Amino acid sequence: MDWTALRVSLALGAGTIVILLPFGIWLGHLLAVRHFRGKLLVEALVTVPLVLPPTVLGFYLLVTFGARSPLGQAFQTIVGQSLPFSFEGLLLASAIANIPFVVQPIQRGFEAIPNDVRDAAACCGLTPWERFVRIDVPLAWPSILTAAILTFAHTLGEFGVVLMVGGNLPGETRTLSVAIYDRMQAFDDRGAGIMAATLLVVAVATLMATTVLSRRVGQRRG
Amino acid sequence: MADRRVTINLRQDSPIPLDVDVACDPGDVLAIFGPSGSGKTTILRTIAGLYRPAHAVVRSGSTTWTDTGSGVFVPPHQRAVGFVFQEYALFPHLSAAGNVMAALGHHARSERRPRAEALLQRVHLSDRMTRRPAELSGGERQRVALARALAREPAVLLLDEPFAAVDRVVRRALQDEIHALRRTLDMPLILVTHDFEDVVRLATHVMMLERGQSLAVGTVTDLMSRPDLTWLREAVGLGSVFNAIVAQTYPDRGLAELTFEGGKLLVADRTVALGTAVRVRIPAREIILATSRPAGLSLHNVLSGTVSAVHANPSDNQVVVQLAVGRVLLLAEVTRDAIQRLGVAVGTELYALIKSVSVELVAPGR
Repeated sequence: MDWTALRVSLALGAGTIVILLPFGIWLGHLLAVRHFRGKLLVEALVTVPLVLPPTVLGFYLLVTFGARSPLGQAFQTIVGQSLPFSFEGLLLASAIANIPFVVQPIQRGFEAIPNDVRDAAACCGLTPWERFVRIDVPLAWPSILTAAILTFAHTLGEFGVVLMVGGNLPGETRTLSVAIYDRMQAFDDRGAGIMAATLLVVAVATLMATTVLSRRVGQRRG
Repeated sequence: MADRRVTINLRQDSPIPLDVDVACDPGDVLAIFGPSGSGKTTILRTIAGLYRPAHAVVRSGSTTWTDTGSGVFVPPHQRAVGFVFQEYALFPHLSAAGNVMAALGHHARSERRPRAEALLQRVHLSDRMTRRPAELSGGERQRVALARALAREPAVLLLDEPFAAVDRVVRRALQDEIHALRRTLDMPLILVTHDFEDVVRLATHVMMLERGQSLAVGTVTDLMSRPDLTWLREAVGLGSVFNAIVAQTYPDRGLAELTFEGGKLLVADRTVALGTAVRVRIPAREIILATSRPAGLSLHNVLSGTVSAVHANPSDNQVVVQLAVGRVLLLAEVTRDAIQRLGVAVGTELYALIKSVSVELVAPGR
């Protein structure tokens, strides 16, 4: 069992949630309640990471993060290290790859709130911010939790993007799923098996948690 | 007392055509009556600031809420509007008290709970404070919505089809509740409905709306005595509406005697109490006209009056006769042939024959 790899995986999963959740709540709410020009394009862009092969996504992210790109240069100047093949780069790539997993459930959660309820909140004298905090977010909370859990699970299992952007550096970018591949290459079936079982348990637990949460949403609406 | 008259002027061609000029004074109940899809809800949403038509002026007293001409638009949360939505739109994650407290943001935090409790008590929900909307019946949800709307201490109360989602018994109870509340509320009350019964039971004024067009505006009594409202005739039938007081009861005969500004009227009713103020509607098709006072009839009411207007409907052979009985204008719908045989014209003295069972009585508590 590669404990360092598990630690990297957990750190990556948690970090992705911390970065992505506020963004996902903001964008999901925007897409759910506002009608603006270019909304279809934004929705399409949000979905892109879902349909692209992870290696293709990883390739483009690698190019975008590279020392020759403005982003790569800016990061190099400010932080003093390069983005590719670092935990920070991996975290950023993971956040981008997980955008659809966060934004879409949250958007659906906000969309499920009847417009009349939002209008009633306005007629109660609540400001747009108070409506967001006191009505929208509490009502969409199960969806937000679902998004967080899905993202965490998906990050643990991510392979293509990690390998393309992060490589396989122990303690830095070697996640559990990469470590499994690594062990298999070294004919260490037992080590790979233990780690695979660990991920399987996490996956089942995740699905059970989301099911319980979605059932709670159903009860509240009933 | 600040002037709280609400005035509304709306013009728009699309997407929803609107052409409306109407006002409502404190203490009055304006019913916006029309078929579904006629733009009734859009008018309420415009008053609340939830909808912005192409051309609109909405004023509450001396405050301008919307004026597209000068670019004034007060956002909904800054308008003192109490809005009871059609499906109530309660906050599903908050208790009944929590729903009401959400509209008490203009009070100090410590005052909100006692105020919410007092408001829920006012709508007879003291024992439902901690219940979530999903645990309340339709009628109870409606009353929470009403308490929440009143919590805002609004300058105008808007009710969108308030009785559409409840059964008949609950509807009557809620109508009475709003009727009683109206006396204690010093604000205009605007009610949207497609149910004519709401108009007769609750409204002091009515605006008839079709495809966003205001067809007629006025007091219920005035509009219901107009013989030329073809639209109303086709929608619900004509029939004058006026107020009366129960002057005498004859429970053993199953009758009650009403006095009104045109005389006396016997109605078939054994439950109404002496002295009660009631509203009366007499369907125009139920009135028989006679040129002399007939004798030997089974019916109870023979009222004498003078023809004040005659309106022939171009679409069929019916003629609507408006008869002044004292200060009340009755409508009678008869055939063109009958008009010619009796020689009815404006100024003709006639008798209106009305069966006691034909008189529709609207009294609180039923």
